[in-house]
Amino acid sequence: MDSAIHRSSNEAVVVSNLHKNFGDLNVLQGVSLRAHEGDVLSIIGSSGSGKSTFLRCINLLELPTSGDISVAGEAIKFTQTKKGLEPVDTKQVERLRTKLGMVFQSFNLWAHMTVIQNVMEVPLHVLKLSKAEARERAELYLNRVGLWDKRDQFPAFLSGGQQQRAAIARALAIEPRVMLFDEPTSALDPELVGEVLKVIHDLANEGRTMILVTHEMKFARDVSSQVIFLHNGLVEESGTSRQVFYETQSERCKAFVSSIH
Amino acid sequence: MSDLFANWHLLSFSDDGWGWAMLNGLFSTIKIAVGAYLLGLTLGLFGALGKLHGGVVTRWLLEIYTTLIRAVPELVLILLLYYAGTGAINQLLDLMGYRPIDISGLVAGIAVLGIVQGAYATEVIRGAMRAIPKGQIEAAQAFGMSSSTVLKRITIPAMIPHALPGLANLWLIVMKDTALLAVVGFSELALVTRQAAGLTQAYWVFFLAAGALYLCLTLVSNIGFRSLEKHARRGQPELG
Repeated sequence: MDSAIHRSSNEAVVVSNLHKNFGDLNVLQGVSLRAHEGDVLSIIGSSGSGKSTFLRCINLLELPTSGDISVAGEAIKFTQTKKGLEPVDTKQVERLRTKLGMVFQSFNLWAHMTVIQNVMEVPLHVLKLSKAEARERAELYLNRVGLWDKRDQFPAFLSGGQQQRAAIARALAIEPRVMLFDEPTSALDPELVGEVLKVIHDLANEGRTMILVTHEMKFARDVSSQVIFLHNGLVEESGTSRQVFYETQSERCKAFVSSIH
Repeated sequence: MSDLFANWHLLSFSDDGWGWAMLNGLFSTIKIAVGAYLLGLTLGLFGALGKLHGGVVTRWLLEIYTTLIRAVPELVLILLLYYAGTGAINQLLDLMGYRPIDISGLVAGIAVLGIVQGAYATEVIRGAMRAIPKGQIEAAQAFGMSSSTVLKRITIPAMIPHALPGLANLWLIVMKDTALLAVVGFSELALVTRQAAGLTQAYWVFFLAAGALYLCLTLVSNIGFRSLEKHARRGQPELG
């Protein structure tokens, strides 16, 4: 297993046989995933299928019960306890997390900081960039998401779509190996979804590696290089976007994706 | 009635006036209040962290601390901690073979009131920390912040707007609680006032003057806390 991970250095995230239990509830029952550099990998499935939990296990916001995770070719070191896996090396986890730019469903911008302070925070205080470098990065990525003119506002004064674009800029500013999107448009009013999807679409087009949990089927179909359909904590169907959306094998997945045709 | 107020000259700053003594008392009051408040905030911050993230033993010890301190009247606590506390320290020093020390009223006063403040501050700060949306902490962790960076950069600044009204109350309370130190003979504003009034029999003059000084402290504090809160809440839209 380890040698396979080290052999191909362009593997951005590899997850194998991931299990997650919440008490008696088995949310994930052995899910694997392999994202190469430049992949756009979408995870779809109905509510409760475990897709958000799976994404949150990649950066250890949830601790898996068992399984292997490696980020940028480096396996996360775990020790098995009664409750599940515990990371051995906190510093390793912190370091690998800076390679994963997470975008949350409810934005989770830091409310006591302005937009640009939000974007500068991690480069300054985690990556230890100089103030000038952090500001330069922040301005670059705020420009990219079209929020440069809102940089001195506090998040609460922005629309949902603007907040989510600011959160995307915050994740971009750490210059991660992989962007993780956890249902980035689910908390938005319908008329604000488009502006956020456009930003994500542009990022996909420039070859950024992304793992995306989403309910936007059309979007998943159009941007993804790989799609995984999760059902009851298991991969029910996976393959290229074309395979999953048009050459669907499983009946359940067929019914699920048919809603967009 | 006119006699009662005929003695204003007693407050003068000349040799036979009590002006300087009163101001010195006020200065002592402020020194103790500031010291005890800072000690209380420190204890409160660690107490809150211990209650929220500590192990079973830590949480139990903190529960005993906050319950006992908040259950017993402050006056009793001050007498207990002041006499028993200094006695205990000297016994301990004696056991370790050191000479007993004379603990200054200022240090003892700050310690006693600080311990009392710490119990209340623990609860205020614990509540404020729990009011921080979980996602803000989660985002910080997801970007690789260490726990100490999360505390410094996210938890404390995000907690402050929720904690400020409670912490402002605690400041006003500690300022007035300094007067309780008069019972252990510490010369702060209340004790100076009582002595001056007793010697001169001009009770109205001195107690009114002391009241006015306490009121001034409160008014100035209110202005300070109001602008602090305005600053802390600058990221939040106003209601209504």
